[in-house]
Amino acid sequence: MTHRRAAYFNELDASGVRLLGDRLRPGSDATTVRVRDADVLLADGPFAETKEQIAGFDIIECADLDQAIEVASKHPVATFGAIEVRPFWEE
Amino acid sequence: MTADVTAALDEAFRAEWGKVIATLIGMTGDWDLAEECAQDAFTQALRSWPRDGVPRRPGAWLTTVARNRALDRLRRHASEAAKLQQAVILSPPDDPAGGAVDTHITDDRLRLIFTCCHPALPLEARVALTLRTLAGLTTAEIARAFLTAEPTMAKRLVRAKQKIRNAAIPYRVPPAHLLPERTSGVLAVLYLLFNEGYAATAGSRLVRHDLCAEAIRLARVLAGLMPDEPEARALLALMLFHHSRRTSRVNAAGDVVTLENQDRSLWDHEEIGEGVSLLAAAVRREQRGPYLLQAAIAQCHATAATAEDTDWGLIADLYGVLAQMVPSPVVELNRAVAVGMADGPEAGLKLADALAASGKLTGYYLLPATRADLLRRLGRSAEAAVSYREALDLAVNDAERRYLARRLAEAEGTAPQQSRA
Repeated sequence: MTHRRAAYFNELDASGVRLLGDRLRPGSDATTVRVRDADVLLADGPFAETKEQIAGFDIIECADLDQAIEVASKHPVATFGAIEVRPFWEE
Repeated sequence: MTADVTAALDEAFRAEWGKVIATLIGMTGDWDLAEECAQDAFTQALRSWPRDGVPRRPGAWLTTVARNRALDRLRRHASEAAKLQQAVILSPPDDPAGGAVDTHITDDRLRLIFTCCHPALPLEARVALTLRTLAGLTTAEIARAFLTAEPTMAKRLVRAKQKIRNAAIPYRVPPAHLLPERTSGVLAVLYLLFNEGYAATAGSRLVRHDLCAEAIRLARVLAGLMPDEPEARALLALMLFHHSRRTSRVNAAGDVVTLENQDRSLWDHEEIGEGVSLLAAAVRREQRGPYLLQAAIAQCHATAATAEDTDWGLIADLYGVLAQMVPSPVVELNRAVAVGMADGPEAGLKLADALAASGKLTGYYLLPATRADLLRRLGRSAEAAVSYREALDLAVNDAERRYLARRLAEAEGTAPQQSRA
């Protein structure tokens, strides 16, 4: 982490304003999950439409992408919206 | 180097590259390391086989060399605990000397195929990754095959491998509940590969044989690895039926020769025979999948002694079943062609017109080309000419454009071969 970023987060954490945060991998590592007519449809990458709204997020811990896709496909919103599965940076 | 050793090396490369890569990925989980070590093993073979002779089991020899190379590299860079652990896993406990004979090398290629064709990867990356890791094509060769710049292709491969790692795409054959749809995804990638070679969508050559041959080779591997999957066998049969006509589809001038005008004695009857027996074996299973139906249709053409002997009624019926199974306007269009042959151009035109009215194939050159053909057979030349012109505006392949231009000229009565004799 750069010095400036570290200073920023240290200050935020010290002030008690920041509750939660992490770094996401780039969009090329994302997978978008939709369920239509009971079929699980996958698309590589993030939401295609920049106009789409992000309505919420869940942090999940999975063994692999297939498990994450399964979890996402069971989300009620997956049947009419889309769930983007995006990994965190690790290490 | 003697011709024997060269041939053995070529043969080993074709047969073993994918296996070595698949095994190494299975052992290390590191795709780049697997590729580098496989490369090293083949380089080593190039040096030592001419000197020491071709080993009794080239595949085992290559895998052992590649694995030892991976072990060396991991040990050398074993700064992290995880890497050390990998190195320990890699060391065969029963063979401390790392001898050149390994009796239990598993075939991990099925895992590799499913991972390369994972639906979370972009389609073009699935194709490229399959060609690189399973077929052993170089990045330059893949770039050439898809008329892409080499750096673009290299980037595509790097991104795909990054995504496999970062998004944790599992290296495995999918569990039972995912297997049917993932298998059809794998088959789709192989068929796309074949079609890209068979009817190049752009450029001046109609057929790129190398891609077809690779697709057939991979389909053969898949059919061998999934003996209980009739669709894998059917796909191989389908490819063979199409491929059997490769030399008769285009004439010496590079122009398209339509099915009814092809010299059937040029067809590869060995491939047709193999396709027929593959299909017979696949049909014995209960289910009838889309590839089985398409292969059955292709078989009708491949086994007809003359164009007039073609069983168009059966073909039309098979397209009907296929259209119900996988609703697709392209299948409907093919059904229109078959019906046009079985029941006359009037009946075919009715179906093609309905399809045109639906707007589902707008911009697809084969729709106006098909209508033009049916209109021509009905003697409605002026309307046929309009449709041929429409098709010509949409087609991108040079050979197909020349064919359409010829037909257009005929319909307009200006063709040079229609002399006023």
